[in-house]
Amino acid sequence: MSDILTVSIPSKVRSAASHISLADQWDHLKARWGVNRSGHRVKPGLYALGNPTPDSPVLVTANYTLSFDKLRSSLKGIDCYILVLDTRGINVWCAAGKGTFGTGELVHRIKATGLNDVVSHRVLILPQLGATGVAAHEVKQQSGFKVEYGPVRAEDLPEYLKTHKADPEMRKVHFTLPDRVVLIPVDFIKVLLPMILAAFLLFLFGESLMAVGIVAAVIAGVVLFPILLPWLPTTDFSSKGFILGGLVALIFAAFSFFGETPASGWVRAGWVLIYMLVLPPITAYLALNFTGSTTFTSVTGVRREIFTYVPVMGYMFGSGVLLLIILTLITILGGL
Amino acid sequence: MFNSYESNTLEYDPDLCIKCGMCSIVCPHGVFSPNEKVARLVEPQSCMECGACQLNCPTGAISVDSGVGCAYAMILAALKGTDEVSCGGEDSSCCK
Repeated sequence: MSDILTVSIPSKVRSAASHISLADQWDHLKARWGVNRSGHRVKPGLYALGNPTPDSPVLVTANYTLSFDKLRSSLKGIDCYILVLDTRGINVWCAAGKGTFGTGELVHRIKATGLNDVVSHRVLILPQLGATGVAAHEVKQQSGFKVEYGPVRAEDLPEYLKTHKADPEMRKVHFTLPDRVVLIPVDFIKVLLPMILAAFLLFLFGESLMAVGIVAAVIAGVVLFPILLPWLPTTDFSSKGFILGGLVALIFAAFSFFGETPASGWVRAGWVLIYMLVLPPITAYLALNFTGSTTFTSVTGVRREIFTYVPVMGYMFGSGVLLLIILTLITILGGL
Repeated sequence: MFNSYESNTLEYDPDLCIKCGMCSIVCPHGVFSPNEKVARLVEPQSCMECGACQLNCPTGAISVDSGVGCAYAMILAALKGTDEVSCGGEDSSCCK
């Protein structure tokens, strides 16, 4: 009897491949466009990549398909185990920030998979960005496993695995143009419906140039802004957004002022004011929201930005819309 | 002017440092001197307050008011009247 109780349950090790199939790529595309946002999940547990032995390294990741696939595809020709934590379909860094890629889940998953019996060593390699949720010394205390933080990017793993040392460059997170561009679709999808609604409404009231202006300001905020981020002047995202939105507004204000309308001089001037008041805060607000997608903004800084700029955005937008309504009503009612 | 990120809440007490080197390993912005055993604050202004160093410092020599620097999440939390939220919730579409 006692034998049965002490014999460990054979752990279930799933097998994984380093190859990324067409179906995987289709899944990645959907994830990038926000389709079924939290449904891109891998089953948590232990996976064997290649033909690992009890001496093979164990790499830990999140159960988001993009994270898991990035890891396994970076390990071509390397025999190892992959321990997938249940992060509810969220990537390593975001899950670590939330604590789901954390000490508790890691210790739990080590036990649940019977990792102790699968490998003879006691070392886990975690992605460096997982450190926001994992306390290495506590994992050691609670499970006996030593946590080693690997490089930030999975593509540096083959190099890292040779020496178990990451050079300073491998430890730094970047935010390159491709890094920023892949984030555009998700944010674009989020603002699509309100943008179309606003534009449609303005169109119905005969304000087609303003409708196009709104679309331009939104696209400036969610598409142009991420691309131009490092080149826009000033440090704050809001001020960068105001500059970009201001340029967009200037174009529309000029069109409105010099365009062929029968409106009187002061009505034209009113429209210039409306464009300058309404459009820049839209772009600036969307720019400010991009802070959450970046790899470097601190919570202290973002809080400061919110307190400094959101009231300005509100006052500008509010008074601009009020003026827009007044001027549209006057036009519709046939006055001036 | 127009720089809200000049200062942050990172504090480090070198007297408590046991030279384990963990902070420079986990920091993604090179705030602590890398490849040196004695932790040294070299780029405090680059800190994004992710909290990895504080969590992995075995002696509590580092303190930082950590959180997710996401305006969307913070404004949403303020509107809902909850504490500042972090990203990646079940029903939050923020941050992946």
